[in-house]
Amino acid sequence: MPLNLNRVSMPEQKPEVRCHNFKEVNLGLSLESARAEAGRCLFCKRPTCIAGCPVGINIPQFIRAILDNDLPEAVRRIRVDNSLPAICGRVCPQESQCEAACVLHKKGAPIAIGALERYVGDYAIRENLKAECGAKKKNLKAAVVGSGPSGLACAGELRKLGYAVTVFEALHELGGVLTYGIPEFRLPKETVVKFEIESLQTMGVEFKTNRLIGKTHLISDLMENQGFAAVYIATGAGYPQFMQIPGEDLNYVYSANEFLTRMNLMRSYQGDAAATPIFVGKRVAVIGGGNTAMDAARCALRMPGVEQVSLIYRRSEKEMPARLEEAKHAQEEGIEFQFLTAPTEYLGTPEGAVHAARCIRMDLGEPDASGRRRPVVIPGSEFEIKVDAVVVAIGTQANPIMAQTTPGLETNKWGYIVTDQNGLTSLQNIYAGGDIVSGAATVILAMGSGRKAAQAIDRALSMPPTV
Amino acid sequence: MFDIISKQLIAPAVWRQTIKAPEIAGKRQAGNFVIIRPKTGSERIPLTIVSSDNQAGTIDIIFQVVGATTMDLAEVESIQDIVGPLGHPTHIANFGRAAVVGGGVGIAPLWPIAQALKQAGNRLTTILGARSKDFLILEEAMAALSDKLLIATDDGSRGQKGLVTEILKPLLEEKKLDFVLAIGPVVMMKAVSELTRPHGVKTMVSLNPLMLDGTGMCGVCRCKIDGQTKFACVDGPEFDGHQVDFENLNRRLGMYKSEENQRREARK
Repeated sequence: MPLNLNRVSMPEQKPEVRCHNFKEVNLGLSLESARAEAGRCLFCKRPTCIAGCPVGINIPQFIRAILDNDLPEAVRRIRVDNSLPAICGRVCPQESQCEAACVLHKKGAPIAIGALERYVGDYAIRENLKAECGAKKKNLKAAVVGSGPSGLACAGELRKLGYAVTVFEALHELGGVLTYGIPEFRLPKETVVKFEIESLQTMGVEFKTNRLIGKTHLISDLMENQGFAAVYIATGAGYPQFMQIPGEDLNYVYSANEFLTRMNLMRSYQGDAAATPIFVGKRVAVIGGGNTAMDAARCALRMPGVEQVSLIYRRSEKEMPARLEEAKHAQEEGIEFQFLTAPTEYLGTPEGAVHAARCIRMDLGEPDASGRRRPVVIPGSEFEIKVDAVVVAIGTQANPIMAQTTPGLETNKWGYIVTDQNGLTSLQNIYAGGDIVSGAATVILAMGSGRKAAQAIDRALSMPPTV
Repeated sequence: MFDIISKQLIAPAVWRQTIKAPEIAGKRQAGNFVIIRPKTGSERIPLTIVSSDNQAGTIDIIFQVVGATTMDLAEVESIQDIVGPLGHPTHIANFGRAAVVGGGVGIAPLWPIAQALKQAGNRLTTILGARSKDFLILEEAMAALSDKLLIATDDGSRGQKGLVTEILKPLLEEKKLDFVLAIGPVVMMKAVSELTRPHGVKTMVSLNPLMLDGTGMCGVCRCKIDGQTKFACVDGPEFDGHQVDFENLNRRLGMYKSEENQRREARK
């Protein structure tokens, strides 16, 4: 049989329509197209795609279930390894993971694994198939600090292993970056994020919002007074970084975290109907080239009254760390990309509102430590662009609260928590993972470390006590 | 949900609420604040914990109704979300002769710090400022713990007519103070800091910038302290008054004035 290289394409809202709304851009596959795509899978004897997945989902198995028209089975197959399929199907960088490892990748048409995973996740939502957990509760309690992807993955896995799990979240809503960071048009909150979290609740995971561990309770309180046998710290790397250039404290110069938190967590995108305001004006500049920068730029573009959104990135298009799909969507929607450009200063009105960004052009020099070519300033290339708001999306750092309040918790020179390969920190039975260990990374890598730590916690707590 | 056990109007549009929040009460120290979201859909706003009762599991807050969110807070019977205690507690020591200076509702966050300073053995002079007698809060509570209580009102209806700085000035000139802590409107904290600077008297102020999460995540509360960017929520809220860029603080506080006015009008 000849190879079928007709890769399914994801139906999406038209750019000229979606740039005015916050509804989801990608519309999802139909059953027919999902089954046709599943039919392209070669079901390799030694599947390479699985190794490309940070949580090791048995991809051919769930694709086989789609092909067999047994969608509940597909849901079960994925959930063995991944408790958040509707989320990962939407936000994973499949092009550099499972799909890059697919044997059909060489032919230019890898199986659309992400789209199929999303299809299965959405089926579970449509049919209200919540995860079930047959595992008996052990007489052991484990605490998870932070309800972002890493915490959720760890909590789900610990629950499956029989632990009574409590997740502590500092904000008033669960989900971490899934809720405050990733916009509605990429990851719907009410339908998708809420369902996946509720699914963990039906498995028996307990969630407590409004608890900032390190302040409301110390790690030692959890271990010594509240009876938790192990703690997994997954607080993320949500501490905004600025460039330390003049004018960064002008009004309406936002960190990406502030801009996205207003937009997503506080629903400022609803305009006057939202209690929490946001000001974007007519011209917005977003600094950075990652997914967060794309999210901020595309949020800004969708706000009423916005005429121009520029994305200013200091390297070239090739080095941009954003997912291909995000960059493509941003370009289609009319975001203006200024590659090889960096701001040097922001200028303000007498009232202190930013009104211009002074920028400079860059050239690419020798590769730096990241392997990407280092941007070098082109002397005399300064120019100004008019802006009403700026979003600084150049990355995040480690939040200092956990380290400040947990004596003996080893951190590296950037403040990230030091762990062994299983997530064990310098303190007994205290594990950590996700961005607070790795620095800012992806949802799925954070989930992978959460799952791995859960298994390590189980091994450690299952060992007979040493005399 | 956090139940409001009791509430009391202590001055025009100024409320004191006692709220059941045992986990926060158990950890709270002088200088800590909470982020409150009165009901679903509300903004998150920072408020200092003015007192707590660990036994009863309660915390007290005092706030002035100024916008849509505080209007909601004054009306609800239980509060949707409270997180805390946040921020560094006040650094308390026996400085010797300490003065605490409070203006308007700034007297509320000043109260627990004054208590702690007194307990630490300081000889405590308290200077309170308000628009008029009716707007002066916590006078009795402050009198009870102060070695000396001095009051200034704009209209002279209580204490001397004028500003708190006019009371503070002679005390500094007579070298009667080793430490000053001021909480109130930005312009007052700035004036106090300028007044103490030439005398070399250590002066702490508690800053009240805009906040969103209050946990170090968003950076909207960034302040310029000695030329460095600091986050009031995790590095503060108290800073050395001689190092604070008050202009910057004032400017950033006004960022959403028109949006706030519009929401207040819409709420009415």
